[in-house]
Amino acid sequence: MADPHVPHPDLPPPASAIGALGWLRRNLFSSPFNVALTVLALYLLLTLIPPLLRWALLDATWSGDNREACAANRGACWIFIRVHLDQFLYGFYPEAQRWRINTVVLLLLLGAAPLFIRTVPAKLKPRLGLGLLLVYPIIAIVLLKGGVFGLVAVDTSSWGGLLLTLVIAGVGMTAALPLGVLLALGRRSDMPAIQTLCVTFIEFWRGVPLITVLFMSSVMLPLFLPAGMNFDKLLRALIGVSLFQAAYMAEVVRGGLQAIPKGQFEAAAALGLGYWKSMLLIVLPQALKLVIPGIVNTFIALFKDTSLVLIIGLFDLMNIVHNATTNPEWLGFSTEGYVFAAAVYWLFCFGISRYSQNLEKRLHTGHKH
Amino acid sequence: MSEPSPTSAPLSDQVMIDMQGVHKWYGTFHVLKDINLTVRKGERIVICGPSGSGKSTTIRCINHLEAYQRGRIMVDSQALTNDIKQIERIRREVGMVFQHFNLFPHLTVLENCTLAPIWVRKLPRQAAAEIAMRYLQRVKIPEQANKYPGQLSGGQQQRVAIARSLCMNPKIMLFDEPTSALDPEMIKEVLDTMVALAEDGMTMICVTHEMGFAKTVAHRVIFMDGGEIIEQNAPALFFSQPESERTKLFLSQILHH
Repeated sequence: MADPHVPHPDLPPPASAIGALGWLRRNLFSSPFNVALTVLALYLLLTLIPPLLRWALLDATWSGDNREACAANRGACWIFIRVHLDQFLYGFYPEAQRWRINTVVLLLLLGAAPLFIRTVPAKLKPRLGLGLLLVYPIIAIVLLKGGVFGLVAVDTSSWGGLLLTLVIAGVGMTAALPLGVLLALGRRSDMPAIQTLCVTFIEFWRGVPLITVLFMSSVMLPLFLPAGMNFDKLLRALIGVSLFQAAYMAEVVRGGLQAIPKGQFEAAAALGLGYWKSMLLIVLPQALKLVIPGIVNTFIALFKDTSLVLIIGLFDLMNIVHNATTNPEWLGFSTEGYVFAAAVYWLFCFGISRYSQNLEKRLHTGHKH
Repeated sequence: MSEPSPTSAPLSDQVMIDMQGVHKWYGTFHVLKDINLTVRKGERIVICGPSGSGKSTTIRCINHLEAYQRGRIMVDSQALTNDIKQIERIRREVGMVFQHFNLFPHLTVLENCTLAPIWVRKLPRQAAAEIAMRYLQRVKIPEQANKYPGQLSGGQQQRVAIARSLCMNPKIMLFDEPTSALDPEMIKEVLDTMVALAEDGMTMICVTHEMGFAKTVAHRVIFMDGGEIIEQNAPALFFSQPESERTKLFLSQILHH
């Protein structure tokens, strides 16, 4: 009998292909063009970063409570932000009532936390999520608006700052996703009436700019409503934003639905599952997972688009920062203001983006269509 | 492969599937032409024929994955109409195994098996899981219950697909080329599963090119071409004395390659 085959032992890869050296070679110096790019990038970083650091940190003024304190330093005047911080966060919400906003945020964090903790049983999560979705908005509205249970009524016109940005973005996201899913399903429906309705809706809302929608909702809509009937400006903006984003969401979701192989629909049907069950249990979980990047993209765009409500006189984070820079006592600090606003927007958008990447990784089951 | 003695066992007189004068068109293309087929309880039928001959379409009409335009189909004494409730009622009794398995990739093997019993048959989760484990045992992969389909081989996936159908406790099983997408070394494990199912007396219609399976398991072999049933006979006669020229040509092509 011949000797059994002995496989050749594994050799280590050449030193230049692994470790830090290998990484540098592969990613930064793989071709003359890449070498040029790397050098150029290094040069830009070296010229940009030190002045930026000096302005934002080293030469910046941190303590004090008036603009005179900033006069000595050439760097950023962060006192401007500190003095206005409450306004940036809470808008014109009465100071004595701000605990209500804090409570609403705290409740959201407490309510949502179990959904993100892995040790909470997976079976409980859908129930918790649904409960949060149904109960939380009511509590939030009662607390924020007041007027019942002895809470002082706070008109939505005095909501503002980050609070308003979060309200518009939160409502927009939670309304746009389910609405978008329904519109996407409707657009693929076999029933011509439903299909036409959904296509018309989607194409209409996608065809007009959000600014126009907001403008129409605040200027035109009252013209069509009977005299004396007037509903909240914020509510109109919320409806406008939700419908607008739902149209975009619908197209994102439709992309996912189209990527699901026909066999999945057939297997679900062959098992006797009806339309809604096969959609909810088989098709949508897969389709939504496929389009997480698209959904998150829409969410991030929505978050930033909330700043457009300044056009109808709502003071969201962007507008309230802008407003503070025009304060005669604090003229000349618009850079600090906008840098702060940008940093807050970036923080939220980056957070959304990172969470979605994590979600994609966790939902991956080793199957690619 | 074990040798059941299909032709000798007496068949019940109860008709499970009755197709009468079924016609189907895709637009102007006439795909099924006057299909008449009666299947009795416990009967095992193999349908073969060249591609595009309407074999798959025929069995897909039985659970209404394909609509038909003329004729009449009765499944388990219920008329297959266009009423969606009636269609769903019939689909509960008819299991189907697809060429490409069509397992649900976002669910584990066990969840694939318990989904329909829980949501369609309204079984409690626990009971559904017990039934699923029994059938996974029967297709010899209980140890894969908590894996995802993407982690299994093709043969294992197809066996899960069979178990998934069986969990609904169907009266009829339809197989649509169940081994065509498999690597050669995996075909046997799937065929063995189907043979075992046959031994239990399941009513089966199987579209396949596995002539060995047809010879040992089928009561009747049907040859289709151009949307018509050309010839049908007991396997022994079908293979030894085919009547039509088209059948002879087909058999010579698939048996001597």
